[in-house]
Amino acid sequence: MTTMTAQTTQVYSIFIKATPEQIWDAITKPEFSHKYFYGSYVTVTPEAYRGLDGEGGDLVIGTVLEYEPPARLVHSWSAMYDAEVAGEDASRVTWEIEAQEGGYSKLTVVHDQLEASPKTAESVARGWSYVLSGLKTLLETGEPLAG
Amino acid sequence: MTGVDDDPVFKALADPTRRHLLDRLFERDGRTLTELESELAMTRFGVMKHLRVLEDAGLVVTRRQGREKLHYLNPVPIRLVHDRWIDKYTERRVSALADLKNELEETA
Repeated sequence: MTTMTAQTTQVYSIFIKATPEQIWDAITKPEFSHKYFYGSYVTVTPEAYRGLDGEGGDLVIGTVLEYEPPARLVHSWSAMYDAEVAGEDASRVTWEIEAQEGGYSKLTVVHDQLEASPKTAESVARGWSYVLSGLKTLLETGEPLAG
Repeated sequence: MTGVDDDPVFKALADPTRRHLLDRLFERDGRTLTELESELAMTRFGVMKHLRVLEDAGLVVTRRQGREKLHYLNPVPIRLVHDRWIDKYTERRVSALADLKNELEETA
């Protein structure tokens, strides 16, 4: 339908009825991530970001650049989930979590440094809204997004 | 902004100028007010007002880069409306109709 080139800096923002700590856990722990992140098992340590499939194969790997629980996480992003994106340069993902009124938190995801990675840019442009919508549903209802 | 209410999203999308602004950002993201203003037959104040409505609805997010304020399209609220209103009721029928419309328009 569209032939647009995907953006090289992509910004996504969502309000979630959860604490920053709950959101941080959902981003950094595999028992949460596999319920909303295309089934991937994500583990984040102060050094590394790693998303695995059910068999232990790498889907996304990254070096953690900033690690400030529960407010800020910055890591590089090398996608391995298909051959087209696997050959591209690493890009960068920034997660910002800010507490809001009424028990809400605002989560902002910035995926940038995609200039040399057009296939990755296109792939994640289709994915982030779905992932964040699923994260919100999981934290607010305890259930993965239906369908 | 409450974070739960769909109303600001529907209201923001109910205006053709604001949809046009979203389309401009979809084509190329991270633009300044001055860039956006130059493509619309509208005063700077008018464009600012529309951007504010889009921002309040979460459809536009601004980030500072040096001295500039850049505007980004945030598609997440549209995804939420989709998940809440379209998936639930009519996705199959809507997509069949969309296919039919595409086909008719292509052959026309």
